[in-house]
Amino acid sequence: MQFRNLARTAALAAAGLSMVVAGTLAQAQPAEQFVPLLVYRTGQFAPLGIPWADGKQDYLKLVNARDGGVNGVKLTFEECEFAYDAAKGVECYERLKGKGTGASGFDTQSTGVTFAVSDKAIVDKIPVETTGYGLSQSADGTVFEWNFPLLGTYWTAADVMMQDIGKKEKGNLKGKKIALVYHDSPYGKEPIALLQKRAAAQGFELALFPVTPPGVEQKSVWLQIRQQKPDYVLFWSAGVMTPAGIREAQASGYPREKIYAVWWAGSDHDVKDIGAGAKGYNAITIHNSAAKDKVHDELKKAVYDKGQGTGPADSIGSLAHTRGMMISMLQVEAIRAAQEKYGKGKSLTPEQVRWGFENLNLTADKLKALGFGEIMRPVKTSCANHMGDDWARIVQWDGGKWEIKSDWYQSDKSFIDPLVKEYAAKYAKDKNIKPRTC
Amino acid sequence: MFYRENGQFKSSYRADLALFPIAQDRWAMLALMAICFVAVPMLVSDYAFRAVLIPFLILSLAAIGLNILVGYCGQISLGTGAFMAVGAYAAYNLQVRIDGMPLVLSILGGGVAAMALGVVFGIPSLRIRGLYLAVATLAAQFFIDWFTNRVKWVTNDSPSGSVGVRSLEMLGYEFSTPVQKYLLCLCFVVVFGMLAKNLVRGAIGREWMAMRDMDVAAAVIGIRPVYAKLTAFAVSSFIVGVAGALWGFVHLGAWEPAAFGIEKSFQLLFMIIIGGLGSIAGCFFGAAFIVLLPLLLNYVPHWLGLPISTATASHLEHMIFGALIVFFLIVEPHGLARLWSTARQKLRLWPFPH
Repeated sequence: MQFRNLARTAALAAAGLSMVVAGTLAQAQPAEQFVPLLVYRTGQFAPLGIPWADGKQDYLKLVNARDGGVNGVKLTFEECEFAYDAAKGVECYERLKGKGTGASGFDTQSTGVTFAVSDKAIVDKIPVETTGYGLSQSADGTVFEWNFPLLGTYWTAADVMMQDIGKKEKGNLKGKKIALVYHDSPYGKEPIALLQKRAAAQGFELALFPVTPPGVEQKSVWLQIRQQKPDYVLFWSAGVMTPAGIREAQASGYPREKIYAVWWAGSDHDVKDIGAGAKGYNAITIHNSAAKDKVHDELKKAVYDKGQGTGPADSIGSLAHTRGMMISMLQVEAIRAAQEKYGKGKSLTPEQVRWGFENLNLTADKLKALGFGEIMRPVKTSCANHMGDDWARIVQWDGGKWEIKSDWYQSDKSFIDPLVKEYAAKYAKDKNIKPRTC
Repeated sequence: MFYRENGQFKSSYRADLALFPIAQDRWAMLALMAICFVAVPMLVSDYAFRAVLIPFLILSLAAIGLNILVGYCGQISLGTGAFMAVGAYAAYNLQVRIDGMPLVLSILGGGVAAMALGVVFGIPSLRIRGLYLAVATLAAQFFIDWFTNRVKWVTNDSPSGSVGVRSLEMLGYEFSTPVQKYLLCLCFVVVFGMLAKNLVRGAIGREWMAMRDMDVAAAVIGIRPVYAKLTAFAVSSFIVGVAGALWGFVHLGAWEPAAFGIEKSFQLLFMIIIGGLGSIAGCFFGAAFIVLLPLLLNYVPHWLGLPISTATASHLEHMIFGALIVFFLIVEPHGLARLWSTARQKLRLWPFPH
């Protein structure tokens, strides 16, 4: 009796196994391209990480469902959770880098992991895509061959904020006091170099207020702000720190209209629960991530209506989710560009995808066709310029939704470029990297 | 049967004091060394080196350091992360500021810096003990967190406060592949493991243990508390500092102060509690438990093909991991090392127990 049972189980297992093998053989026919997804859906940054991860995955699903992949190459993906911990992020990177034909590009979602992975990426020949974060000097493609801080960096963000403030103050910032309230980590410290430079040039005073991560406790900082009365506050925060900071600003009576938040602190989940209390809160957007466009409708139709969506349907169109989709879109377009050089409909190696990142040319027509016409302006990268074109707008929370307040801004290159050159040269010297010629 | 030492006669003091008095242990150890040094580099994938073995080895080393202080000398410390940070940053500064500094020297230099700090923060242990001391060492953690975050000199004026190391070079030899890095870590672990094992068997180790078991009685029989406690702090922080330097240099390559936060201190403390306080082998068991088990749990849903979301998998991982900690502590409060020694006792009599 027992033996018969055993035999039956064995037979079943064998049948199952052969089906699995047959299945993988059948699947192996069309070409595939693997996109690794580093995410944090737990931990102190989870409020930001969840819509971001959903957006990234949703766009890949959309490309597969709507277009059947990139020129017929199906996109495969796998998430790896690292809870914003650098060591875990490195483990995820190691785990995913060799999947399929190799990882097409890592959006590390964290400045710390970017630092740790940048050195390894050179050896492994894998592009690192850090849209709107990471090392600001990595815009210099001659030194940072494998890093792509597409669409903007913390320096361009800080620069645009200062431009908008300058406009409000009619161009004269002399004697003004600007406070930077920042997450005390490499992420929060990035803008300081640029702000110091601008402070010296424009004659305003820069006051720095670090907040110890995770930033739930900010009372003392906002009390100091109440005492010192800065004219404006730049808010470099993320995750649980953002709503905590806005509430403290409210409690200490600091006008929310005078607060400018970086993009990671400017999404719906940051202000929704505070509602009217956050009225007037300003945030900068990468290009125009506050806009709604065709891609949102298509996502709803092709993915969410079929029950394939990654997150809740009402997160579609929130800033963080749209940003996630933009990041995946850039990844997909890099693959598409690389396919045009190395063969359409083929799986590409990470090295080939890197070429695509370096030769992105998203014209207005292309963006419109992709459904991003309202969300983005044309972007073109090159061997020397790994950032492409940075555009940004300022949005304001009106108590119920974000309103686009400003026109398009672009960072002032007379501040940014010398700084990028200087820091990239220092990095090259520290790491013994010989800059390539473009 | 496997552990019968019948017939193994010791005819000299030397043989009686050997590190592994039983022949089977000696052979097993040699076999393990052969596997680690020869078989593993030939068989294991890059992923296993970089994501599993290297962190496991480095954290085992840190656990050995902490176990000397907590397990052998009985001084609870919550500042391990800080001592690791000091080791890493000191090694970094040595490398950046002195041209052509050999890698091993800068790593050992990191250990020396951590040792100095360890002794300073060990001084309160002469007056306060137990949980109160744990709180005092917490001060080291917060102080170093602040120090590495705020003092620009420490990070060589890096604008973001994050530092990265150059290539790992020593005397013209470069450690670049995962295998080379693994062997480097393994050498450190073997050398310091032997050192620690011999220290705790020797006179000084006995002093530490006397201090741990009852410091008043130890003082009465002529052990100087100042000397015993501060040497424990010094040796412990030195090893922890070396581990910190390796963690920064070899495992991460580039790091921010958060890499050595309070979580690291807790993680290491849990490691030695689960592995076994006062046992060198326990450090390895504990490190394996803390490093490998979450990875394993993380992989299980993939292997089974369960369609659960990343977040759920991560939450499940934490829950199961927590439950396992509680389970092991109930089943064997003296840690995995004690389980191992019980198993050895059983093997000695097997298959004919009394």
